[in-house]
Amino acid sequence: MKLSLRIWRQPDADTKGQMVPYEIEGVSEDASFLEMLDVLNEHLIAEGKDPVAFDHDCREGICGACSLVIDGQPHGPQAATTTCQLHMRRYKDGDSIDIEPWRAGAFPVIKDLVVDRSAFDRIIQAGGYISAPTGTAPEAHSVPIPKQDADAAFNAAACIGCGACVAACPNGSGMLFMGAKVSHLSLMPQGQPERRTRVLGMVAEHDASGFGGCTNQGECAAACPKEIGLDVIGKLNRDFRKAAVRAA
Amino acid sequence: MSTDLQSRTAAPKAARPAPWKPWRSNIGLKIAMAVSGVLMVLFIIAHMAGNLHVFEGREEMNAYAAGLRSFGAPLLPHESLLWVMRIGLVASIAVHIGALIALSRRAHHARPVRYAHRHKAKGESPNAYGIMRFGGIVIFLFVIWHLLDLTWRTVNPVKDAHDAYGAVMATFDPDRWPVTVFYLLALTALGLHLRHGIWSAVQTIAGPNTKWRKRTQAIALAVAVLIVAGFAIVPLAVTFGVVS
Amino acid sequence: MSTDFYREGAPVADAKAPEGPISERWEQRRFSGRLVNPANRRKLRVIVVGTGLAGASAAATLGELGYRVANYCFQDSARRAHSIAAQGGINAAKNYRNDGDSVHRLFYDTVKGGDFRSRESNVHRLAEISTEIIDQCVAQGVPFAREYGGLLDNRSFGGAQVSRTFYARGQTGQQLLLGAYQALQRQVAAGTVDLHTRHEMLELVIVEGKARGIIVRDLVTGEISTELADAVVLATGGYGNVFFLSTNAKGCNVTASWRAHRKGAYFANPCYTQIHPTCIPQSGDHQSKLTLMSESLRNDGRVWVPKARGDDRHPADIPESERDYYLERRYPAFGNLVPRDIASRAAKVVCDEGHGVGPGGLGVYLDFADAIKRLGKKAVEAKYGNLFDMYDRITGENPYERPMRIYPAVHYTMGGLWVDYDLSSNIPGLFVTGEANFSDHGANRLGASALMQGLSDGYFVLPNTISDYLADGPFEALSEDHEAVVAARKEVDDRIAFFLGNDGDRTVDSFHRELGKIMWEYCGMERSDEGLRKAIGLIRDLKDEFYKRVKVTGKAEELNQQLEKAGRVADFFELGELMCIDALHRTESCGGHFRAESQTEEGEAKRDDEHFSYVAAWEFGVDEPVLHKEALEFEYVHPTQRSYK
Ligand SMILES: Cc1cc2nc3c(=O)[nH]c(=O)nc-3n(C[C@H](O)[C@H](O)[C@H](O)COP(=O)(O)OP(=O)(O)OC[C@H]3O[C@@H](n4cnc5c(N)ncnc54)[C@H](O)[C@@H]3O)c2cc1C
Ligand code: HEM
Ligand code: HEM
Ligand code: SF4
Ligand code: F3S
Ligand code: FES
Repeated sequence: MKLSLRIWRQPDADTKGQMVPYEIEGVSEDASFLEMLDVLNEHLIAEGKDPVAFDHDCREGICGACSLVIDGQPHGPQAATTTCQLHMRRYKDGDSIDIEPWRAGAFPVIKDLVVDRSAFDRIIQAGGYISAPTGTAPEAHSVPIPKQDADAAFNAAACIGCGACVAACPNGSGMLFMGAKVSHLSLMPQGQPERRTRVLGMVAEHDASGFGGCTNQGECAAACPKEIGLDVIGKLNRDFRKAAVRAA
Repeated sequence: MSTDLQSRTAAPKAARPAPWKPWRSNIGLKIAMAVSGVLMVLFIIAHMAGNLHVFEGREEMNAYAAGLRSFGAPLLPHESLLWVMRIGLVASIAVHIGALIALSRRAHHARPVRYAHRHKAKGESPNAYGIMRFGGIVIFLFVIWHLLDLTWRTVNPVKDAHDAYGAVMATFDPDRWPVTVFYLLALTALGLHLRHGIWSAVQTIAGPNTKWRKRTQAIALAVAVLIVAGFAIVPLAVTFGVVS
Repeated sequence: MSTDFYREGAPVADAKAPEGPISERWEQRRFSGRLVNPANRRKLRVIVVGTGLAGASAAATLGELGYRVANYCFQDSARRAHSIAAQGGINAAKNYRNDGDSVHRLFYDTVKGGDFRSRESNVHRLAEISTEIIDQCVAQGVPFAREYGGLLDNRSFGGAQVSRTFYARGQTGQQLLLGAYQALQRQVAAGTVDLHTRHEMLELVIVEGKARGIIVRDLVTGEISTELADAVVLATGGYGNVFFLSTNAKGCNVTASWRAHRKGAYFANPCYTQIHPTCIPQSGDHQSKLTLMSESLRNDGRVWVPKARGDDRHPADIPESERDYYLERRYPAFGNLVPRDIASRAAKVVCDEGHGVGPGGLGVYLDFADAIKRLGKKAVEAKYGNLFDMYDRITGENPYERPMRIYPAVHYTMGGLWVDYDLSSNIPGLFVTGEANFSDHGANRLGASALMQGLSDGYFVLPNTISDYLADGPFEALSEDHEAVVAARKEVDDRIAFFLGNDGDRTVDSFHRELGKIMWEYCGMERSDEGLRKAIGLIRDLKDEFYKRVKVTGKAEELNQQLEKAGRVADFFELGELMCIDALHRTESCGGHFRAESQTEEGEAKRDDEHFSYVAAWEFGVDEPVLHKEALEFEYVHPTQRSYK
């Protein structure tokens, strides 16, 4: 099939970018979206032009590296699907597609479609862990965890840290990401001792990194490829309120 | 040793507001907004219920208004309940708007660039962002007009402070139908504000699970409809001459 | 024995495993190793390259111990290391099921599964440590699957007869890596680990025979810098991407290992590659990677091909009598559950004979119709629903209605840098952990054992063994002007300058794709003397053409993904050649290495213990590589021919 693309091109963080049109022909409908861009890049290099830079690694929906806003939607039109798992059979001959980077103050553009998501790592550094130095662990079966709690913790832990939630949120908020981690850890008995310091630390870092506040729009959950739900934001709010009251 | 490399994931120290207080965080401000919003919702429900006295006639309505003023007498000074409420309301509005301004400014920095391709929202509260902000402004303007109209009577022909009933009648007089239309518009804005605001406040303060969030959303819709209907019935009744 | 293409050097003298009863060796090693006084640890700097299971666990643990750690990865976050993609699970000899498992049984299964080409001492240690890993991960909050009673669930995996695999739905690697990543971030916050993401190691610095640092490129700014230390740990993963198409993430590469190899580190058993039988087949030339479908699908799915060649009817229209359930036919005892290498080769055989289905005839059916009839669609959905959805997303076909098409794909590399029992390479101060080293799995890795090995190395083995080396430190302070440092930097600069200056006309990917095809054709599932010789010639020609015609756009001082790829593919060329040489010299069949010349009458792999019971450790040579043999001895598990009939 033949497609008209408009892609955000920006040589580096300090230079202004713009949408640039490209035409591409002979796209197989079995190709993935990123493979379509690979083909485009092969053409661009052959013409001596700079290929489009984009982040990707596993190409199977788990590493969280891929990060394209396709026609205004982070990870594109298919629900519960990362960019790398989106396939061209969703499109038809003659379609035009707009491709942009994640847009958020906390995720500055590095080049073209590549953004800097290290703010997420900093949020984890600020408390998104359970302190269990190697070698100190008790026997794994010493603390049974009800299956329900374990499953709920797992659902939250499924977050791949892609940042689509931030890209989708009109406030550029990282609440869904942060809520997922807080929920995962505070649903497990091991996570209790640090429960309060964790949420206070993470929220402080979240704000300092320049993410916005949540106004419960729900765009984040709709964009999340791992179907993390708004309940994790509720849980985060609740944990934060309790911790803040105690801290005050 | 030899490296000058800055760890790419280390926090930019300068960005940290010091000293950081939980209540100044995004969530803290949001809680403040929710609490003030809920206080206003409680007032509004009471106010709506009070308004329904109109249907009992002039005497009853004015007696109710007078009753509010003399609440607690002789132990408490005149209008003490009203003043407590007024102070509470002013404080709520101040907190509500103060938090809003702080959050909006942060949100603006957090999302400085728009997407070239605009896409229809598909989250649980689609377009809540615009509805809450524009609706909020409409409500704000409405309240000012409403105070000039029914509290201070600046724009109301009935100046007798004890004749609330008469003032209401005058406001919604069929000849002044644009006022009625404006009220109805404002009520729509309020309804939309509350449909999102009520569940949003619960989400912010209580943090329900998915099941309860869905329930809260249903409850929010029901409460919003009830409030709008309860308010709207008064101007409609007066304008169409059901009460006169 | 052929001696073309290489020279034979002295055998490997000592792999440093302690003597004595096998179950006491690790204990003994820990006791005999020297310790570093806690106050001195702060003065010791360790570089860890890699943030996968092996790297993150090592960096976090060394940080906790008080060393000053510098940690690197090329992804934008440590959490995205390729370990994140592991689906199936992690083994541990906990015997929670009371089904007869034990450390000894895990040890035995692993040695046997590796087709008797691994070291007994290493494998036993791995089996011992396996139980501690689970404890550690649970303490970190890894959400393993649990039963209603709240205890950990186990499943049997990869044909094991006991249920010893711990899992977290289909995302075990992700959850384990997040545990290690979080521990690592905790150390970053504590200031013990200096983490550098989007940095690629391009050269190793060796001073007076010791590994003392690395040269890295900042992938965002292009800045080249030097990191010096008292020891260097490589945890840089496997090299399956030499085949271009594999289940590995796109960024996986051999550069770190290869640069170390070029500086003297032995590369062991490079030809041992694991081909996984259940992957989604290639759909066209645009294909950039292959996706693994969990092995667990073979528990209920039946594998078949049409009996008639080139039969392109809809699978539902092919009557039972015209289907060949070839695994069940050839291996009645294990049927669809034969080990990976056997299932893969069997698929290749039927496809080579023209029975394959789908594009290019490279696929076989994995059919759930019987399972759906027997268990009901609901039950099948509960078990495999997410995998079916994934298949549907990628192929656009609904596996509930039409059998899946699967084909083998390169998945894991058992070979890697040679290490001794202490995980030290033959270069003092250079340690290697995880998939990057060659240890523990022999010629074939069992399912759910790579995660176990990565974490065992990183959490428990390396932090104990490295102290013996560091006890001699801190070593003499080095300046960046030291001639060895300057020389290493120059090599990096020259390479980059070459690529950007080359007046070529072909893209890096086009070369990589072509190299991959050669490797897959001649050094893939089946290798032969003739094919391998041909491959070596083809690779050499292609390599020459690569240096003549490769075209890299852009500048050095920017984010330049073409430049990154060019360096990686250049190293793959050299590795590919060594893999073929290793495969050529090993004229036996074993594990992931199947030589057409060495098979039984029924077409099964035939090992040659008399001549090949050794680890092939290759030393880099400018003209030809030098082979050092490390003899393998089996005191506890006696080599037998594997049979799954
Ligand atoms: C699809 C799939 C499924 C799998 N499922 C299972 C399973 O169920 N059970 C199991 O046991 N095993 C499984 N495996 C195998 C297992 O996942 C890997 O062997 C293991 O995770 C490797 O871990 P590692 O830490 O050694 O390397 P990796 O996780 O690959 O990490 C390598 C690290 O090195 C860094 N790096 C590499 N080169 C450089 C460089 N030059 N400079 C800087 N940094 C560099 C990378 O950034 C990365 O951080 C699976 C593998 C695949 C592909
Ligand atoms: C005076 C003008 C007002 C403005 C400008 C305003 C604006 C807003 C805005 C922008 C929000 C945030 C929306 C969100 O977070 O999703 C909000 C929330 C809310 N508002 Fe208002 N509002 C006003 C008046 C009111 C009134 C009169 C009430 C009650 C009757 C009210 C009740 C609420 C509630 C309950 C919330 C939810 C708080 C939360 O989400 O946590 N607001 N308002
Ligand atoms: C359409 C229906 C409404 C009617 C008929 C109505 C009527 C009145 C009347 C009669 C008063 C004067 C009471 C007194 O001074 O004794 C009043 C006051 C007030 N109303 Fe309304 N109102 C309506 C809707 C609203 C709405 C929607 C809001 C809020 C968003 C609101 C907010 C107020 C406030 C803040 C006061 C001042 C209270 C005080 O401080 O005394 N009203 N209203
Ligand atoms: S919550 Fe969802 S959208 Fe956000 S980072 Fe995690 S996986 Fe991505
Ligand atoms: S879209 Fe944004 S406003 Fe909250 S619910 Fe999601 S973070
Ligand atoms: S590339 Fe890994 S999730 Fe898309």
